[in-house]
Formats: sequence, C-alpha cells, structure tokens
Amino acid sequence: MMRWTPCALMPDAATDAELSVISLDVPGTFEGVRWALAQTLQHLGEERYSVEERGTVELVLAEVLNNVVEHAYSGRDDGKIALEVRQTEAGLNVRVVDHGRPMPEGGLPIKPLSQPSDDLLSLPEGGFGWFLVGQLAHDHQYRRVDDCNCLTFRVTVG
Amino acid sequence: MQLVSKVIGDVLVVRVNEPRIDAAAAVEFKDAMRAATHDAAGRVVLDLSQVAMIDSSGLGAIVTVMKTLGDDRPLELAALTVNVAAVFRLTRMESVMKIHDCVDDAMDAVRSDA
Repeated sequence: MMRWTPCALMPDAATDAELSVISLDVPGTFEGVRWALAQTLQHLGEERYSVEERGTVELVLAEVLNNVVEHAYSGRDDGKIALEVRQTEAGLNVRVVDHGRPMPEGGLPIKPLSQPSDDLLSLPEGGFGWFLVGQLAHDHQYRRVDDCNCLTFRVTVG
Repeated sequence: MQLVSKVIGDVLVVRVNEPRIDAAAAVEFKDAMRAATHDAAGRVVLDLSQVAMIDSSGLGAIVTVMKTLGDDRPLELAALTVNVAAVFRLTRMESVMKIHDCVDDAMDAVRSDA
C-alpha cells in the first residue's frame, strides 16, 4: 500500500479570517467520497446553510472528489484525497489534494455545455461534472506540484 | 438499489427508494432499471420523491436509461426534490425531459393525452 505523505501543497494553518470547517483524509473510492460528503455536511450547520446551499456544496464536492477517484486514481483503490474546507466571509474555501495522475491537459476541463437537442440518441450521457463545478464554484485554481494535484475553489454560501 | 414498480393502466411507475443516485450507485441503478422496465410496453414514470441527491454520474445514468428505453417507452420524471431539480435545471436537461410535479400529475398527463 502506498504511504500517504503530505506534499508541498498542504494548506497553512487557518488565518483569522478563516474558520476550519473540516479537514479529512478521504479514501479514494466512491464509497470514501460518500463518507466524506456526509462528514462535511454534518459540519455545515442547518441554521447557517439552507437546504439549497447544502445541496450546492455536496454536489460540487461530489463532482470534484469523484473525478479524482475516477480519473486521477483510476484503476487503484489505495489512493487518498486530502479535503480541507474553511469558512470565510466570502463563502467556503475548499482545497483538494491527491497523489494521482495529472489533469490530461494541465488544467480544468471546464467548458460550456451545448443546448441539448430533442433527438434522444444524441443526448450526452457524460460531461456534466466539470460543467456543474464551473457553474457552482468560483476562483478555481489547479496546480500540479511534484506528484500532487491541488485544486482550490470557493463556493459562495453561508 | 431499491426500486418499487407498479403498473397503472399502461404506465409503469418506478419509485427509487434510495436517498441518492450518485457515482457509487450509478451502475447499480442502470442494471436495476433495465430489470424493472424489461416488460414495460408504454410510458415509464420515474418517481424521484425519495431521492435527495443526484450527481453527474446519476444524471448520466438516467440519460442512458432514457436512451435504452427509446421513443416507444418514453421515460418521464416525477416529484423531484429541490437539489435534484437543480441538477436538471443547471445542465438544461429539464428542457428535453418531461418532468412532472408529482406522480398524480404524470398520470393526469397520460389521461389528457389519450
């Protein structure tokens, strides 16, 4: 089993303007992602975040983390994902770090979605994930440093 | 994957008795839908009232099921919860899928079309 070593992209300690919501080592499997989402949602109080806001956070995190499982860690189940969520005045700052394969084109594949046609057979069955991240998250930044992928973004809720 | 099917007239109503259709459940959902709709002859209404969360994999799985059923057995959706409805809205899939507020509305639509 691969050892999980922190890399240069691990976050600094939370500043005064930030409040740490959660910091997790997530198993790089779809079940691991489910667990991480449940943990994170538990830490987002229902008095501060509406049902819709909680749904937005859950959806964005699901897309980003499942993408790591499916592509960066494709074909292996011993990967780990470091998830860090901090609350600020401007929303939730999220950082996701993994040791998997880099993004194929060195950046996030966020593209506009074409208007789906009425022709049943031409409907897309995929490609929705990064589009949703692009719609729901802001200031996304992807960096590859050594053997780490580091993705940061902000979700304007709370 | 818990699916509960019932036939009302010539419509097959399939209720998804699961809180989520996500990446961990998408393959199972497709397999269970294939089995549940095997004998369907006409419309299929997917009751999503129990589903609180769907992600892009779940959405892709629903599109796959819709394509597999084809034009003769149109798949319609009913009773979307708030965060499930948001995914269909954001991806503009709501414009190509028939979505009913509740299962009763879906049945009324069948009757008024007849």
